Amino acid sequence: MAKVLVVDDEPNIVLSLEFLMQQAGFDVTTALDGESAMALVTENPPDLVLLDISLPGISGFEVLEQLRSQESFKRLPIVMLTAHGREVEREKGLALGADDYITKPFSTRQLVEKVQALLNESSQGLQED
Amino acid sequence: MRTEWVSLAVGFSYLGILFLIAAWGDKRSIQGRSIINSPLVYALSIAVYCTAWTFYGSVGRAAETGLSFLLVYLGPTLAMLLGWFMIRKMIRISRAQKITSIADFISARYGKSTRLGVLVTLIAVIGVMPYIALQLKAITISHALLTGYPLEPTQALATKAFLFDKSFWVAIVLAVFIILFGTRHLDASERHEGMVAAIAFESIVKLLAFLAAGIFVVFWLYQGPMDLFEQAASRTDLVGTLGLDAVPGGAVGWVGTLILSTLAFITLPRQFQVLVIENVDERHVKRAGWIFPLYLFAINIMVIPIALAGLLMGDGSPDDYVLTLPLAAGLDALPLFVFIGGLSAATGMVIVETIALSTMVSNHLVMPVLLRWKWLHLDPALNLSGWLLGIRRVAILLILLLGYLYHALIGESYTLVTTGLVSFAAASQFAPALLLGLYWRGGNAKGTAAGLVGGFIVWGYTLLLPGFALSGWLDSSLINQGPWGIAWLKPYALFGLEGWDIYAHALFWSLLVNIGLLVGVSLFSRQSNLEQTQAALFTEALRPDVMQTPLWLGQTTKGELYQLANRYLGKVATLKIFTQLGSTESPSAADDTPASPTLIAHTEKALTGALGSASARVLINSVVRGEALDIEAVLSILDTTSQALEYNKRLEQKSTELAQIGEELRGANVRLRELDKLKDEFVAMVSHELRTPLTSIRAFAEILRDSPEVSPEQKSHFLDVIVKESERLSRLIEEILDLARLESGRMRLDLKPVNLSELAKDSADAITQLYDDRQVALKLLLPAEEAWVKADPDRLQQVVINLLDNASKFTSPEDARVVMTISSKTNRWLLAVEDNGTGIVTEERDKVFEKFHQIQQHKDASGSRPKGSGLGLPISRGIITHHQGLLYAEAGQVLKGARFVIELPTIQP
Repeated sequence: MAKVLVVDDEPNIVLSLEFLMQQAGFDVTTALDGESAMALVTENPPDLVLLDISLPGISGFEVLEQLRSQESFKRLPIVMLTAHGREVEREKGLALGADDYITKPFSTRQLVEKVQALLNESSQGLQED
Repeated sequence: MRTEWVSLAVGFSYLGILFLIAAWGDKRSIQGRSIINSPLVYALSIAVYCTAWTFYGSVGRAAETGLSFLLVYLGPTLAMLLGWFMIRKMIRISRAQKITSIADFISARYGKSTRLGVLVTLIAVIGVMPYIALQLKAITISHALLTGYPLEPTQALATKAFLFDKSFWVAIVLAVFIILFGTRHLDASERHEGMVAAIAFESIVKLLAFLAAGIFVVFWLYQGPMDLFEQAASRTDLVGTLGLDAVPGGAVGWVGTLILSTLAFITLPRQFQVLVIENVDERHVKRAGWIFPLYLFAINIMVIPIALAGLLMGDGSPDDYVLTLPLAAGLDALPLFVFIGGLSAATGMVIVETIALSTMVSNHLVMPVLLRWKWLHLDPALNLSGWLLGIRRVAILLILLLGYLYHALIGESYTLVTTGLVSFAAASQFAPALLLGLYWRGGNAKGTAAGLVGGFIVWGYTLLLPGFALSGWLDSSLINQGPWGIAWLKPYALFGLEGWDIYAHALFWSLLVNIGLLVGVSLFSRQSNLEQTQAALFTEALRPDVMQTPLWLGQTTKGELYQLANRYLGKVATLKIFTQLGSTESPSAADDTPASPTLIAHTEKALTGALGSASARVLINSVVRGEALDIEAVLSILDTTSQALEYNKRLEQKSTELAQIGEELRGANVRLRELDKLKDEFVAMVSHELRTPLTSIRAFAEILRDSPEVSPEQKSHFLDVIVKESERLSRLIEEILDLARLESGRMRLDLKPVNLSELAKDSADAITQLYDDRQVALKLLLPAEEAWVKADPDRLQQVVINLLDNASKFTSPEDARVVMTISSKTNRWLLAVEDNGTGIVTEERDKVFEKFHQIQQHKDASGSRPKGSGLGLPISRGIITHHQGLLYAEAGQVLKGARFVIELPTIQP
């Protein structure tokens, strides 16, 4: 069962994402800030991360940067979640190595489809290796 | 109605009213609320130009020589419309040099020459004599007509001994009135606001009286102007009377009279007085430039109709038509009003003329002589300001008696207008010295004196002397054959210049001699140093830096200056000079510290205001030792290099101004950009805050829609989230609207007396549930008395609840406590909310009031406690500021956490 890590500082958003991912058949862990997210990733590496940008303490961008700087997480699929709709932020996220960028509020179906697609891609990539 | 007594009573009442107006004007002037500070009053005061000559004489002139009467008014109109810049320059100079009269002006221009002052004064007194005689004659005749009609008024004139001559008594009454009116106190300044107010009033009276007479003639005696003109046209003997060719001397006469009146309008002592000396604000000159001609038009419009009606009546002297027409119609009140109008025209002229002349006589004839008498210098205790008043009073009496003398001797030989023109010609002799002096630096005192003497002699020979001959005091062969039979010396046809109008003739020769001598002698003689300086100061008067240079570099003591000023100006005015210059200790005669050049210059200016420039110069000279004036220093300011310097200075000033403006623009641009950035950030923050609850709402709504397998417990939990987040969204929108209202100033407050303690209790009650949920203990410490403030209770409660809500989020996790206290400070009530959390670091205390600023919450508390929007505190501060109160954060006093304080002004319930 694929493992998905959900990081967001809004408890209700975390709750909804947790429900959606479980319903789609994934194993879900959650974090409410950047530091605990980093700890969870190293402790129990997930197959995909849903990462909010504005987090208390270290921000989502910083988490992304730190993960991409480690060899083991270079190809970990990361989807950025943000309530900032501005183009610059989207570009910044993609430049830092995010696989996709989803603006809040999102369509639950599209989100689930996107997560499934990314997980398929990465598992195929792994198989090809 | 027309008895002696009634006319006298009305006449004296009129003078009484004038007196009251003058007193009122003086009082307002002292209070600093001038009533004459308007172009209209200025224009009306200039209308003192219209004397009894205008009032009675214009009709006489029109009846005899047609439209020529208008020339005398075209001249001044031209002077005001085209010559205003010259008048402005004279005003500027007079203000700077404290000029008191035209004699003072000319004397000051040519090196503060005492001799020129004497000369101008003498010419003015003698030249104006006929003019004053004219007024006396007009008052006497009009009064005789009023009381004696239809008796011939000429019988009232000088055939009797002077004690029985009414003119003599008119002169005496006027002298007494003017002494009371114009010399009640010695003005330290040279201006008489009360007099100007009275003169302006007189101008209104004479205009109304004349118009009344005209309207009576046109619409009462005749059926309107057409009727009058038709009847006149039907009389063959009147044809051509009003034609242009009736003007004596033809075209030369026209031009001569026009030039004469243009010059005299400025140079007559009384005109110079009202135009230049009494001017309050030089901007009035330009505005009066069209008001005054309008006045002249109004007062002349009825001249022709009255003249025609008089000719049709065919009875009496044309000079009397204004009065005889209503008298002949058997009216009572109108003739009385016309008489008052004529009286106002005459008194207005006599008042201003004699006050101007008496100042000239005292300052330029008498004082210089007195100052030369050693014994006056010997007694420094003697107060001379009383003397000055005395001299002026005697001068007033003498001037009027001289006027009477002229009237008694030759008053009969000329009509009103011709008498006036004799004076005009005399006054015109000042024009070359005055006007050339404004623009030509080369003229000097010698040349001016020569020009004045020459011009005056020619005037006397061509106009005054023939007058005596015409009235039989001299042999009439003088006019017809010339003196000793020499034909080319005939006064009316000098050097064979025959066929000219006598005024044009006199004006031509006298101005020719005058200008010729002025220019000629000036070119061939040297200017003294002082003359050079004054010439430069006058011609360059419109340059801003010129007039304020202190000119004295000699040495004297403060004590000596004090003594001097005290003697001539009195104690009050002297103290004013010394205190104006910032001297703190009271000046005394014993003070032997050296006086500064500025103090000497100020003292001289003040003395000039009372005594005229020449006398003041003599006095200052008597106490100042050494070089009176550093010529090099003064001239260096005025030569071309200084002009370049001035130009440079202005350029520099302009470029610094430009640089400043550029800097300001840059600053404004930066501020605008900052505001723009702030606005962008705000919009981004708002959208972020709105999207967050919306995300939860949409996610759970879609889950409920798409997932049939959700358990009932989950379903109710999810719905609960949707409701809570919707509430959060509404709250947020409400807050954003509040913020917008606060920032645009559209927040409306329903202010009423509020007991702060009650409000604190209500707020605590409202938030009990929340505190219970969060397990926070709330304690209230309220004062015994009622704490009244003025506030919008709902808004204030919103703020208190916001503070309580915030406090509950930042309490210590174990034993969470919040305390709300109310206390008083000078005139203020303080409501403080304090938690037992970790507090806010000093540098964060102001930032928490910024929009969307999020305080870092306890890490372990995150999740369990809801985040705020970051708008609560900015809104709260905005609301309290709208209440004229303060909201700030400080270190906790009781629980050592964060403490938020609201301060509001105390009120009585």
